[in-house]
Amino acid sequence: MELLIKNGAVYDPVNGIKGDKTDIPIKDGKIVASVSSKAAVIDAGGRLVMPGGVDAHSHIAGAKVNVGRIMRPEDTRIGIRPRTKITRPYTGYTVPNVYAMGYRYAQMGYTTVFEAAQAIMKARHTHEELEEIPIIDKGALTLFGSNWPTMDYVREKNMDKLAAYVAWGLLASRGYGIKVVNPGGGEMWGFGKNVTGLDDVVPNFDVTPKDIIVSLMKANEMLGLPHSVHLHCNNLGKPGNYKTTLASMELAKQVKPSRDRQVLHVTHLTFNVWGGTNWGDFESKADEVANYLNSSENITTDMGQLIFGSATTMTADGPVQYANAKLLHAKWANGDVELEDASGVVPIFYVKQVSIHAIMWAMGLELALLTKDPYKVLLTTDHPNGGPFVNYPDVIALLMSNKKRQEEIKTLHEAVHKRTKIPGIERELDFNDIAIMTRAGSAKVLGLLDTKGHLGVGADADIAIYDIKPDQIDPSVEHARIKSAFSSAAYTIKGGEVVVKDGQVVATPAGRTFWVDASVPEQHRNEMLRDIRLKFKNYYSINLANYMVQDAYVTHPNVVKAGAIPVEVN
Amino acid sequence: MAVITDALCPFCGCVCDDITVVTEGNKITDVKHACKLGAAKIMGHHRIKEPMVRDDKKGNFKEVSYDEAIDAAAKVLAGSKRPLLYGWASALCEVHKKGVLLAEELGGIIDNTASVCHGPSTLAVHEKGLPTSTLGQIKNRADVVVFWGCNPVQAHPRHMGRYSVFARGFFSDKGRKGRKIVVVDVRKTDTANIADEYIEVQQGKDYLVISALRAILAGQADVVPAAVGGVPKEQLVKLVDTMKAARFGAVFFGMGLTQSQGRYKNIDNAISLTTELNSFTKVVIMPMRGHYNVTGFGQVCAWETGFASAVDFSRGAPYYNPGETAANDLLYRREVDAALIIAGDAAAHFPANSVRHLAKIPVVQIDPYWNPTTEVANVVIPTAICGIEVEGTAYRMDGVSLRYRKMVEPTHPTDIEILEKITERVREIRGE
Repeated sequence: MELLIKNGAVYDPVNGIKGDKTDIPIKDGKIVASVSSKAAVIDAGGRLVMPGGVDAHSHIAGAKVNVGRIMRPEDTRIGIRPRTKITRPYTGYTVPNVYAMGYRYAQMGYTTVFEAAQAIMKARHTHEELEEIPIIDKGALTLFGSNWPTMDYVREKNMDKLAAYVAWGLLASRGYGIKVVNPGGGEMWGFGKNVTGLDDVVPNFDVTPKDIIVSLMKANEMLGLPHSVHLHCNNLGKPGNYKTTLASMELAKQVKPSRDRQVLHVTHLTFNVWGGTNWGDFESKADEVANYLNSSENITTDMGQLIFGSATTMTADGPVQYANAKLLHAKWANGDVELEDASGVVPIFYVKQVSIHAIMWAMGLELALLTKDPYKVLLTTDHPNGGPFVNYPDVIALLMSNKKRQEEIKTLHEAVHKRTKIPGIERELDFNDIAIMTRAGSAKVLGLLDTKGHLGVGADADIAIYDIKPDQIDPSVEHARIKSAFSSAAYTIKGGEVVVKDGQVVATPAGRTFWVDASVPEQHRNEMLRDIRLKFKNYYSINLANYMVQDAYVTHPNVVKAGAIPVEVN
Repeated sequence: MAVITDALCPFCGCVCDDITVVTEGNKITDVKHACKLGAAKIMGHHRIKEPMVRDDKKGNFKEVSYDEAIDAAAKVLAGSKRPLLYGWASALCEVHKKGVLLAEELGGIIDNTASVCHGPSTLAVHEKGLPTSTLGQIKNRADVVVFWGCNPVQAHPRHMGRYSVFARGFFSDKGRKGRKIVVVDVRKTDTANIADEYIEVQQGKDYLVISALRAILAGQADVVPAAVGGVPKEQLVKLVDTMKAARFGAVFFGMGLTQSQGRYKNIDNAISLTTELNSFTKVVIMPMRGHYNVTGFGQVCAWETGFASAVDFSRGAPYYNPGETAANDLLYRREVDAALIIAGDAAAHFPANSVRHLAKIPVVQIDPYWNPTTEVANVVIPTAICGIEVEGTAYRMDGVSLRYRKMVEPTHPTDIEILEKITERVREIRGE
């Protein structure tokens, strides 16, 4: 199958193309140097062409997403569309059904999305849902930050066994990388407690969050994993937590990357750049964190942008969710996983006239606009924590138009003027910046740049064409057109196949699931497995033989190989 | 002779995964580690041998080929304006997916056995959420365990040994000796007999008792009368003190709470109590799910449609309104004009009015076993036994999914194959 996209105004930051008219030849699902004259042709007619969108942090599948659906029928009732000859029914806004997940991402021109957290023990569930999400390629990050074997090996300073456990845990969960959520806090929530900072000691395990983060970063680089450690910081949801965030970022200096990427991705910063000491003096410290990012080389982040309206918070940070439920008088789901982590789900409604929410809205934007290098701040809403992913086009428009921001600010609680810097920030991002924050940057952060996030020869033919001509639009003024174009791709091409045309789904191929198979020395693996067998004999409620995700749950795998290599530690 | 270890038991929501099964030829000859209930299911009993049809429900069945039975089933469903697809609890998630698709294409209603079991628990989750955990968390940590309106000694025999009462774990190395067990029920059950504390509630008064506990917990004990629902106030105060003093508390509840007066409001109240207790210590709550994969149907239905049960596709998109769209609502109103009953026994468990209507409309049954639903069926299609002859996924009562192994080769087609063929045949009949 050959396809040629002609006359596109192409934005491909990795290959240095900034709006030039460039033809894109496609053969057998890949971008190639040239195609024959028999190739089908799509004439982009000067419209905007970008690589398919890549989302490095979104909660699209698994136990907590389904808990959200089951506890929120009121959410499922939003966004319902009946089945058609091509599509299954769509349901839900913050917690869509599996079909709407795939369709809506594709309709926005996104083709690759990573689920941000799965406990190993519940990974089978994650993959059952990933299998049912149509069109997009996907993967899932695996939680390691409060796992008993992790904490045992960190305490024993046994990096070989820790790396072996990470490699085995990724295999067991068919996971793509190391997710760390409120390290140590998941274990303490087992008895209703929490850690309060990087240096607190986790009882019975005698380790600190700092030890856990640093050791897992080292293990990550020993294994040369494609992605870095992906950290949800301690103290999330508490005023003043920006200090913990900065201190966590500082830890990245202790480890050198084994690949051309960051050693630490600090996620959904809207929830982590909080100043003040209580809800009364709550303020944004996004500027300080952006300053830190501007002077550091090995850290990336994502926005976790707040979207006004309904959201569903869901996270492995169990204690923060109980605090949220109490604060909001909201319904509360909790889901501790034995020996591994915690989790919680709480609905929320973000209100423009609530000072805290207005300040949080500013934080994500400040971070993106005050950080000079767009490769360091990915565009996310931490779906559905800050808001649902379908609002990305609105965030793009906000980043590209100061006018839109000023219009929005007029509708917000006045605290946005006194407690944030956003009213005075005039920077407007361009299409190249947006292509980085939604494509090239996310692919680089995930370690997927060989096939994703760009349009060079050898890349997957995942492409979005949007119904705007970059040379004939002023995004600063015409922000409504920007939003509408990014909401509804003229074409989305996935693996060389047209899956969306004029904003409508026209084909629903199955996507692939990326997971990492990391090798470690046999001896380390065997020693680690001796400990694991004891954990199952004494503590787990299932047998080891039934723990690992079987091949039957990953029917379209894309296995990325990695393996133990020496690490240099400063 | 072959020995299969780490096999999963397809009986109750405990989903014990430490079963050893011995086979000779294609027969299971021995089952180890399972309870009586599980072993009996795995060892097997009378199966329906061949597909059967009859036009007149008073007449006898005629044995037919699978193709004929599938054709008859498809005709019933394709000719129906309001088909109900019910059951699913004793089938694997892979079957559920086929069921949701068929319901969608038919524009029918899909519902599962939770309707007459823990359906009210789901309604309470809509209201209050569900602070819960995996069973191993309870095994490793719980020092206070409350069983309310459930009787695991009879219904979930290995629950106590594996997860909740006798189980030893990291912080609970003393097992039973380190745990306080409380049973709340309307009669002194076998589980109550092994408890440290038994609280007898008058029939239908659970809601009052839970409300009294919440008042005491909130520091309003002075408004609680001398006895509530037949329980002396001192015993209620003692229970609150016990829960508050726990390091980790767990509440398990059963149909004594979901299907007695108050129904989902009882669970709503119990979840609120649990949430409030978390201001003092860690407490989780969990429904004691019956069939091994009744939880799985709710999971599959939720990720496919957004709703966990009682989904009506007559508008082309999922519509959910229990009270209107659950199986018994539809049968009671005589709205359904055909039914597919699979992996669940409606005739044995539904109210008489519902069964009466089932007896009047065309019914297709898909099941390995003859049961009361067979008596009201027109088309009966026997299938392989999920979890014994068919591998696949089920969700334990705590939401942990596990993969069943195949123990012996099936002697009948699987539910998946039958549903796929019915769906294909329905498409043909409708000219799609």
